Amino acid sequence: MLTLIAVFAPLIGAILAGVGRPFLGKTLSIGASVFFMLVSAAAGVGTLLAGLQHGVAPPLHLFNWFSVGGFTADWTLRQDMLTLVMVAMVSVVSMVIHVYSIGYMGHDRTVPRFFAYISLFTFAMLMLVTANNLLQLFFGWEGVGLVSYLLIGYWYERPAANAAAIKAFIVNRVGDLAFAVGIALIYFIFHTISFDAIFSAISAHTGDHYRLFGTSFSALEVIGVLLFIGAMGKSAQFFLHTWLADAMEGPTPISALIHAATMVAAGVFMVVRFSPLFNAAPVALGMITLIGGTTAFFAGTVGCVQNDIKRIIAYSTCSQLGYMFLAAGVGAYPVAIFHLIDHAFFKALLFLAAGSVIHAMSDEQDVRLMGGLARKLPVTWAMMLFGGLALAGIPPFSGYYSKDAILRAAYVAHDPVAMYGWVLGVATAGLTAFYTARLFLLTFHGPSRAPRHVQEHVHESPWVMLVPLLVLGFGALTSGFLLNNIFIGTGFAQFWGSSIQVAANSPMHHLDALPGWASLAPLVCAILGLAVAFLFYVLVPSLPGALSQNFGGLYRFLLNKWYFDEIYDALLVRPSLRLAKFAWRFGDEQVIDGVPNGLASLTADAATQTVKLQTGSIALYAFIMLIGLLGFLSLFLWVR
Amino acid sequence: MNQAGFPLLSLITFLPLAGVFYIATLRGDDAAVLCRVRAAALITSLVVLGLGIYLWSQFKPDLGGFQFVEAAPWLSGLNVEYRMGVDGISLFLILLTLVLTPIAILSSWSVTTRVRGFFSALLLLETMTTGMFAATDFVLFYIFFEAVLLPMYLIIGVWGGERRIYAAVKFFLFTLAGSLFMLLAVVWVWYHAGTTDIPTLLHTHFSASAQMWLFLAFLASFGVKAAVWPLHSWLPDAYGEAPLPGTIMLAAVLSKMGAYGFLRFAVPMLPNAATAAEPLMFTLGVVAVIYISYVALAQTDMKRMIAYSSVAHMGVIIIGIFTFTVEGIEGALFQMLSHGIVIAGLFVCTGVLLARGEGLALSRLGGLAARMPAYAALLMLFTLANVGLPGTSGFIGEILVIVGALKVNFWVSLLGGAGMILGVAYMLVLVRAVLFDKFTHPELAKLPDLRPREYAMLLPLAAMVLWMGIYPDSFTHAFDAPVTALVQAHAASLTPHTALAMVTTK
Repeated sequence: MLTLIAVFAPLIGAILAGVGRPFLGKTLSIGASVFFMLVSAAAGVGTLLAGLQHGVAPPLHLFNWFSVGGFTADWTLRQDMLTLVMVAMVSVVSMVIHVYSIGYMGHDRTVPRFFAYISLFTFAMLMLVTANNLLQLFFGWEGVGLVSYLLIGYWYERPAANAAAIKAFIVNRVGDLAFAVGIALIYFIFHTISFDAIFSAISAHTGDHYRLFGTSFSALEVIGVLLFIGAMGKSAQFFLHTWLADAMEGPTPISALIHAATMVAAGVFMVVRFSPLFNAAPVALGMITLIGGTTAFFAGTVGCVQNDIKRIIAYSTCSQLGYMFLAAGVGAYPVAIFHLIDHAFFKALLFLAAGSVIHAMSDEQDVRLMGGLARKLPVTWAMMLFGGLALAGIPPFSGYYSKDAILRAAYVAHDPVAMYGWVLGVATAGLTAFYTARLFLLTFHGPSRAPRHVQEHVHESPWVMLVPLLVLGFGALTSGFLLNNIFIGTGFAQFWGSSIQVAANSPMHHLDALPGWASLAPLVCAILGLAVAFLFYVLVPSLPGALSQNFGGLYRFLLNKWYFDEIYDALLVRPSLRLAKFAWRFGDEQVIDGVPNGLASLTADAATQTVKLQTGSIALYAFIMLIGLLGFLSLFLWVR
Repeated sequence: MNQAGFPLLSLITFLPLAGVFYIATLRGDDAAVLCRVRAAALITSLVVLGLGIYLWSQFKPDLGGFQFVEAAPWLSGLNVEYRMGVDGISLFLILLTLVLTPIAILSSWSVTTRVRGFFSALLLLETMTTGMFAATDFVLFYIFFEAVLLPMYLIIGVWGGERRIYAAVKFFLFTLAGSLFMLLAVVWVWYHAGTTDIPTLLHTHFSASAQMWLFLAFLASFGVKAAVWPLHSWLPDAYGEAPLPGTIMLAAVLSKMGAYGFLRFAVPMLPNAATAAEPLMFTLGVVAVIYISYVALAQTDMKRMIAYSSVAHMGVIIIGIFTFTVEGIEGALFQMLSHGIVIAGLFVCTGVLLARGEGLALSRLGGLAARMPAYAALLMLFTLANVGLPGTSGFIGEILVIVGALKVNFWVSLLGGAGMILGVAYMLVLVRAVLFDKFTHPELAKLPDLRPREYAMLLPLAAMVLWMGIYPDSFTHAFDAPVTALVQAHAASLTPHTALAMVTTK
């Protein structure tokens, strides 16, 4: 029952704020959205506590969705531990961001629309995590994608925002198509799309094969790869990552909620949800490890040279999602979820703190034009520090515990692909610390580089924005050591129950079995990264400029994000548009239409006359029909 | 008699003619009779809709075969009878016609010339379309099928846009040329089977070579009507030039006639030929989805872009029908209904702009979301349904076709599903050009939001989009019996099925 309230309260809030706006007025519709979100958060935490106290409840069936042949989907709320943890996290983070938005979006012209969107988003995200079958998961999956599109393009008068929104939707749809075909293949193999029925039938289908490209593949591997391609789109993994940085065109609270804490983590959640299937698909898992490790490193390198405060954090999100996939890929699913939860708090914190900075700086986002804000924005400074240290993986902040566990899992997996992930992961730990410290130092320390009129307006944000920061800051500080033992300690199997299936050979069972140097490596790298940043931006501020001059090629390569956008534009976008023009102007108008039009032009004159003569009488048309009929009848008799 | 106790189907079919007669009795010039003509047409169509809902409420989805059957002697010497009946396949297509006719009538407020003729033609169209879906005699079906052409031809040719004559003649010649092949098929079938009773014909076996020829005849006629690529080229012109109500009826209802024909005749009567044609039809479907989506992307006019999107969706429907699986066929059927509602909604949205004196060139629109929020929300809803977002009606059909196609062939499923990506591309470009960015010219800032009559058209459609997306069981439930029977009969009538399946179990 609490789960039901947690999921549907945001929907009510969204409808009231969206449709009810003309009747309720601005204040009341925002109030309704925030109130129902508070209800949802209370219910979300309540349902988690109830689950911990009394054990998890069975799925809650609402009503049938549809059933065609054996393809049956219900509206059902699943309530296992994985779901409950996600529900609690999503509802709490969303509630905090709702409150923050009251302040941040206060001056916006259409603010009820904003609240309607984020409440609707929360509903879709909760439907996603409570899904009990693939189709409801897909409903939530596409729902969050939709609201993400709407919110990226929230300021629709900006062309850049519209372009980014469309890009996000299309890139996501590429993944979604693979996901949809994956669903179809699951149904084809398992004859069901209900989670429990699929998971219990995995062992019966490990021998199934599926022919593609003239070769026979394990059916479960094909499914695993298709599902993962879906996850890559949503979670902005290598090759399908290009939309995430552009998505920063949306308002900052959205970046915190959708593009950091919840939606982009949906891919990780989905992989973990399908742990029983992925355990039987080692090749797909290897692919996850490979892509995850590569993304972590790639996004880390790009994050080091970006100048937009939100884009730096966006690339760090991309990179951290790579870590989560790395953990899932080596079979350490609880560690992936551990990092997902930690990341949700500290990354939401970083974005909201960045929002507070942007708010103070009169909407300036370029870190090169900031500096010296520490004294003017003390609370924001402290909270950004908390978030930054958590992201950099410095104990006792949360990121240290989960990221360290991921790298330990990758090391003890004893597998070449996992080792590749470990090496890149350790390197990324250094990069992460570097760019985080760079962001922090450029923003808050050194002399102010902002224009005078901006400097004069710098002010600390109102309390309605600072309290959410403090709440998330508390989470970033404590979620690591509080959850460490529960999520991935010795009793992890008992805690997660049947919601996550950890294979017998998973590194989960011996996370501590690695040499001392290997377990210290990430922390050492992180401290090195901090030190280098301190050297670059405090001790010798001229050094970064000199380096970018001397290594111009590498610098531009990173600044242009490995040229992914340019390559996609040249290979996919522009040829598509040319093809579209060609297909229309030549294919359709000249070829396909040409032949019948040639015939038509012969008769057009006659027909024009006919129409002029008749204007409304049916007689002549009946007559034409009759003539045709006679013609064909005689033809028929003659041929016979 | 039948379960209604009176000839309900004939009443639904021919009641609009009463409206036509009443309109014909009105005297005076256009301005004088305008209101009474409109009211008469609207009331007639609403009464018919009421009867349609009664039909649905009395329909028993679990029964197989045709219900509400009516039969009357007609051409008794030729063994041709007047026979009507509905099953789960035709029921909702009839209802679709009945729902969209009042909406088309409401959207005709801009028509002020020759109003008597116009509204008579719309009602006549309703009669012919309903009759076609309800006919269970092949000859009767053929007559209705052809007769649909006449009112539509007039609607395009008399009340259409600048190039109306070209579009109307093209439409007429294409569809007539196609359906004459069907006439040939009808005569051949009658000659060999001795009857034109559809339920009987469904169990009549034709030789394999005859099936091939019959299938080609059906392909010519139904393919043109369904605008199967490359027989679609009449469609953008007809949709573009027809007056708004004509476009709505064409896109939402008439395009379903072709798909219905495939499902009612080509697949069950000609199992061998249909199976042999499966790869061809898949190819045509996939080409329609991908190629036409690209063409749509290049369009510069709102109405034409939606028209091409309609052709792309017909590709999905064709793929679904020719999977010969319960999922695929029900998906195709669902897509037919959903597409009817959604495309009608989209075209009504174009009408809203036309009624405010705006053109439909995408480069001349923009920024409407700011001043017309309700319009923006509804256009967005129909757009999302058109790209198959879960929770809207478009998704159910799309996913079922993907699922059904995958049972047959992986690539058909993947490429047929590619509309999920390409559809998003052109529809979002459309939405952006209409609703977002800045105003391209200052008059756009002065447009008023939706008026009550426009709400009366759009809200029912929007409600249906959501209903069909959230609780599609109300509809698929009625599909189950006839589709399952169809699929079983199809499988049984084939010697060991040589499908393109790719799964092997070790």
